Amino acid sequence: MTAYIVKRLIAMLVTLWLIITLTFFLMHSVPGSPFNEERATNETVQKNLEKYYHLDEPLIVQYGLYLKSVVTLDFGPSIKKSSQTVNEMLGRGFPVSFELGIVTLIVAVISGITLGIIAALRHNGILDYTAMTIAVLGISIPNFVMATLLIQQVAVNWGILPVATWVSPKHMILPTLALATGPMAIIARLTRSSMLEVLTQDYIRTAKAKGLSPVKIIFKHALRNALLPVVTVLGSLAASILTGTFVIEKIFAIPGMGKYFVESINQRDYPVIMGTTVFYSAILIMMLFLVDIAYGILDPRIKLHKKEGS
Amino acid sequence: MEKILEVKNLHVSFKTYGGEVKAVRGVTFDLYKGETLAIVGESGCGKSVSAQSIMRLIPNPPGKITHGSILFKGMDLTAVKEPQMRNIRGADISMIFQDPMTALNPTITIGEQIIEGVLQHKQVTRQEAKKTALEMLDLVGIPNPVERLKHYPHQFSGGMRQRIVIAMALVCQPEVLIADEPTTALDVTIQAQILDLFKEIQSKTGVSIILITHDLGVVAQVADRVVVMYAGKIVEAGSRREIFYTPQHPYTKGLLNSVPRLDIEETELVPIGGSPPDLFSPPTGCPFTARCAYAMEVCDRKYPFKTRLSQEHHVDCWLQDERAIKMLASIK
Repeated sequence: MTAYIVKRLIAMLVTLWLIITLTFFLMHSVPGSPFNEERATNETVQKNLEKYYHLDEPLIVQYGLYLKSVVTLDFGPSIKKSSQTVNEMLGRGFPVSFELGIVTLIVAVISGITLGIIAALRHNGILDYTAMTIAVLGISIPNFVMATLLIQQVAVNWGILPVATWVSPKHMILPTLALATGPMAIIARLTRSSMLEVLTQDYIRTAKAKGLSPVKIIFKHALRNALLPVVTVLGSLAASILTGTFVIEKIFAIPGMGKYFVESINQRDYPVIMGTTVFYSAILIMMLFLVDIAYGILDPRIKLHKKEGS
Repeated sequence: MEKILEVKNLHVSFKTYGGEVKAVRGVTFDLYKGETLAIVGESGCGKSVSAQSIMRLIPNPPGKITHGSILFKGMDLTAVKEPQMRNIRGADISMIFQDPMTALNPTITIGEQIIEGVLQHKQVTRQEAKKTALEMLDLVGIPNPVERLKHYPHQFSGGMRQRIVIAMALVCQPEVLIADEPTTALDVTIQAQILDLFKEIQSKTGVSIILITHDLGVVAQVADRVVVMYAGKIVEAGSRREIFYTPQHPYTKGLLNSVPRLDIEETELVPIGGSPPDLFSPPTGCPFTARCAYAMEVCDRKYPFKTRLSQEHHVDCWLQDERAIKMLASIK
C-alpha cells in the first residue's frame, strides 16, 4: 500500500510537471503580451516592465525561473493587478469555488444515484422513463443555458431566489442547480445501467434464495457493485464540475477562481494563467488518485499493491 | 415415509415477444423426508424452472406459475404472500446454484454472506450467528474457518466456493435443499468430493435433497429416486435401481446409452439424434416422437397415459400399451 502510494505520488509529480511545461510554452506561443493594449504604452516604460517581469529573457530562462518559483510554491505577482500576488488570488477565490464545487458534487452524486436506482427498479416503467427523460435533458442542456434559464424563471419571473452573487446559502441554490444537472444526469444513467446489470447477477439470486428482503438485496448486495463504474467517472466528473465553475461563476458573479482564470487569459496575465492552471491540475490529479483509492476500498478484488495471493 | 414436498400438476410459462413458452407442462412429484430425488433431462427440459418455481424464484414477469400447486408440509407455496415466502426461503427450503464462481457476492466477505442468512431467520446475536457460521464452514470442510470467514470469494478456489455456497444454504438447517447442477462447473475430482459432502451432510442433518442434473453419473452416485423430464413433462420416474436397470421410456434408454461406461468393454456411445421440440407450441402427442426409434402413429396424435409399473416406477409411453406389447412380441 505505502509503496503504491509513493509510486503514485511520483507519477503525479511527473504529470504535474508535464502540465506546467505544456501550459507554459502554449501560453507563450499565443500572440500578444500583457502590455499589448489599445492604449499605447511608452516604449521605455514597457521595456522596464518587461525587464521587471523577466519577459525580456529567452523563453527557456523564463521557464527555468518559473519552475523554481513553483517548487517554492510562490506563483509570483499578477501583472495586471499589480497589488496582488497569485497566491493571494487563489487564497481568496479557491474557498468559494471549492464550496460551489463540493456542494454541486454532493447534490449531483446523491440525486443521480437515487434517480438511477429508482429507474433501475422500475425498469421500463413510468418512473424509469421519467427519470431517464430528466437525465437526457440534463446531459443535453449545457450548464450556461441552464443557468440563464434558471435566472430568468426562478429569479426574475418568480422572484423567489436572488439573481446573482454569493452572500448567503440562498444564493448558492441556483448556481448549484445549474452546475449539478449535467453530472447528475450522467451519474443517473450510469447507475441505472450498471444497477440493471448487477440485478441479473447470480449472487443477487443467491441473496434472494437466502430470504433477504428487497431493501437489503438492493442496498447491501447490488448497490456496492453497481457503484464501481460510477466511482470511475467521478474523478473526471469532478474535473468537469470544477472547470464548469468558470462559466457559472462568471454568470452568477461569484467571486471564485473562475473569474481570475477567464480574465487572466484575456489579459495575457501570465503568472495568473499559470497559477490557476497548475492549481487546478494539482486538484484534479489528486481527485483521480482518491478515486483509485476508493475503488480499492469498494472492490476487494482490486489490489493497490502488487503481490498478495494471485 | 413422510412426504415433505408435493408438487402437483405444475405448469410454468414465460411470456416472450415471440409468444408464450410453456417450459413446465404438468409436473407431479413428491419428495420424502431424508431422501435424494434427482431430476434429470437435457438443457431446456424444464428441470431448473420446476426447481426455481418451488422457491418462487422465477422472475415474474415474464415467468408465471399458471397452474398447479406446490405443497410444503401441507402449505401451498404458490398461494403464500411474498413476505411469508421470504421467511421460507433459506430457512425451510434452500437452493444451491450451478456456478459457484458467480453465486457469491464479490464485494462482501464470505463470513458476512453466511451470517446475514442466519440473522435473517433466527433470533440470535451476531456472535451466535458467527459461531453457527463457523460450525457450518467446519462441517463442509473449509480448513481454518476462523481466518477464512474474513476472506472474499475471489480468495477461494471453485471447489471451496461451492462448499461455502453449500454452507450458506444449510446454515439455517432447512428441511429441503434444492441443488441446481451443483457439480457441473467443477472438475471431476472436486465433483466427487462435493457429492460425498452431500451424502455426509444428509446423514448428519436428515435434509431432503432435490438434485437437478444432466449427469447420470452423478445420479448413480447419490440419488434414491430419479425423475426424468423431457420437454416440460415427466416421462419416467422410479427408484435409482429401476431407472438404471429397467428403463422403460425410449428417452431414458437413450440417455443411458449416451453415457460412457467403464464396466462394459467396447460399447459405442449412441447419441439421441435430433433436438427437443419447440416449447412455443409443444406437440399434442408425445414430444419425443420425432426422435424416437419406436415411434408409432399414435405417438404423434395423442399423449400417452401414465403406466404404473411398481410403487415408484411409472412411465408415459405408448409402448406400455397392451396392443404395442403384443405387436412387439409377434415381431420377435
